[in-house]
Amino acid sequence: MEAHIQVRNLNAYYGKTQALKNINIEIPRRQITVIMGPSGCGKTTLLKTFNRFLELNDGASVTGEVLVDEQDIYAKDVDVTEVRKRVGLLAQRPAPLPMSIYENVAYGLHIHQMRKGKLEYKEAVKHYLEVAGLWDEVKKRLHEPATGLSIGQQQRLCLARGLAIEPEIILGDEPTSALDPISSQHIEKKLLELKSQYTTVVVTHTLRQAKRLADYAIFMYLGEVVEAGPAHAIFTNPQQERTRAYLEGLF
Amino acid sequence: MTDQNKTYTTQTNTQTEGRSSRPSSAARNWRDRSAQKTFLVITVFPLLLISAITIGLLWRSWPILTQYSLQELFLGSVWKPDEGLFGFLPFIMGTFWVTVVGVVLAVPPCLLIALYLSEYAHRLTRSIAKPLLDLLAAIPPVVYGVWGLLAIVPFVGKVVAPFSKQWLYSIPFLAVNQPTGFSILSAGIVLAVMIAPLVISVVYEVFTTVPNDLRHASLAIGATQWETIRYVVIPRVMPGIVAAVVLGASRAVGETIAVLMVVGNVSQVPGSIFDTAYPLPALIANNYGDMMSIPLYDSALMCAALVLLVVILIFNILSTVVLQRVLERRQV
Ligand SMILES: Nc1ncnc2c1ncn2[C@@H]1O[C@H](COP(=O)(O)OP(=O)(O)O)[C@@H](O)[C@H]1O
Ligand SMILES: [Mg+2]
Repeated sequence: MEAHIQVRNLNAYYGKTQALKNINIEIPRRQITVIMGPSGCGKTTLLKTFNRFLELNDGASVTGEVLVDEQDIYAKDVDVTEVRKRVGLLAQRPAPLPMSIYENVAYGLHIHQMRKGKLEYKEAVKHYLEVAGLWDEVKKRLHEPATGLSIGQQQRLCLARGLAIEPEIILGDEPTSALDPISSQHIEKKLLELKSQYTTVVVTHTLRQAKRLADYAIFMYLGEVVEAGPAHAIFTNPQQERTRAYLEGLF
Repeated sequence: MTDQNKTYTTQTNTQTEGRSSRPSSAARNWRDRSAQKTFLVITVFPLLLISAITIGLLWRSWPILTQYSLQELFLGSVWKPDEGLFGFLPFIMGTFWVTVVGVVLAVPPCLLIALYLSEYAHRLTRSIAKPLLDLLAAIPPVVYGVWGLLAIVPFVGKVVAPFSKQWLYSIPFLAVNQPTGFSILSAGIVLAVMIAPLVISVVYEVFTTVPNDLRHASLAIGATQWETIRYVVIPRVMPGIVAAVVLGASRAVGETIAVLMVVGNVSQVPGSIFDTAYPLPALIANNYGDMMSIPLYDSALMCAALVLLVVILIFNILSTVVLQRVLERRQV
């Protein structure tokens, strides 16, 4: 496997409490990596180190390296907005921006001046709404506020918005946990469709979803990575006792 | 006020429901209901007071309102009570100018400070700035008046006015005809400083209603913090910002003592920010109780008070309604 993201000796702290302890993992390119583990074990924190979101928390700090394409995103001369532009994020709860559906998708294009002229914008917005599987539902109401969409539609809108900046990586932090089953299926299906083009990292709290999505799996416990490897191997033949216990649903 | 009542009612209801299985619930329900009534009276009382004051003022200004047309009163620019001339225009324009200058001077720095505190400042800075603002708001107006008299009036008279006279005289509203320093500008500066704590803290409150999820959604796209503020934060809270400014303006309209100490109090319709003016509150404060033997004089001052009250009520009601709706969205 070819690693897209390499994490080396990564530690993360909220003030004095350590949330990640000496993490060393590699995330394969253009596959779905699933991060599992009990609540509070540091899954969100780990994900936040991949797009430099952790520093948005007052008092949070990071040591170690996160290499994306061999380049340390925590190096001194790195432009944070460039790092984030390479990463699309699906949050736990969809957060449509206070603007129209159209503008939500066009927002990133506009910020990064990725298109010229109205026509190019229109085409791009249509394209990414189609990719996210939302176009047919919203094509008649593109200029209505995005907050009027159902929560499942909002999450697909957020997917379209994230894809529009042409990232290489998609991060999802329990992206279906706030959604109804049908909407969850929609999102899962999209992630599977898109995996050949994007490196995808998804935190999930349900084992079943992990099994449906994962090519590569990481199991965390109390801020440490207990076990990481190809999904098949982890799910059928875990090496660590704690992984086995978790997979058997003991905690 | 009705809103507060509503929340109170729902709270008490859930409480009684939760405990209704316990004994002596009849007595407790009775106590609950009487507490509810007491609170209702307490909340309704200010409303009654305001109505009573308004009706009282209307009553007392009735004589002048019936003897002069509204046009004579509000568009007349001559104020000579002993000759029976009661033109309010100089005072209305005085109030208008002083308020506008104060608000225009206050708003840009207030917005920037509130923005800085809510979006950029470290937690520590914030925890120092907030009490400091409350402290500034607690300084009595007369102290601001003294400060204006000792610092701002000379500054305007000796520095700003000569500068404007030399360089800016051809710009409308900046001509220097009365270079004493007692001026609309001095009053505006004092007012700007006085309303700043209120405007800053309300705008800050308004900014905090924007959920962090929204900021993060924008940052995740690779937007800078400034782009996030400009395209996400500010559009969402625009009504709240406007309301905060209107609230500040209503404070400025009513401010009396600090303004009358620095504004000159000459009843003319001003033509420049370096002119003296005579705002409505100053008119009432300076004259009420004197020269009451002049017919209708007392009624004219009551009418001035009525105008002031109505303007301030309108400003306050509008801004409160908008702010309540904006601040309620915090829970979403
Ligand atoms: N903003 C924060 N401030 C302080 N501690 C935090 C913060 N966010 C998370 N933590 C702590 O860090 C640890 C890992 O949290 P998190 O990454 O959110 O776990 P997970 O996503 O696996 O549930 C937890 O012990 C949590 O209490
Ligand atoms: Mg989490």
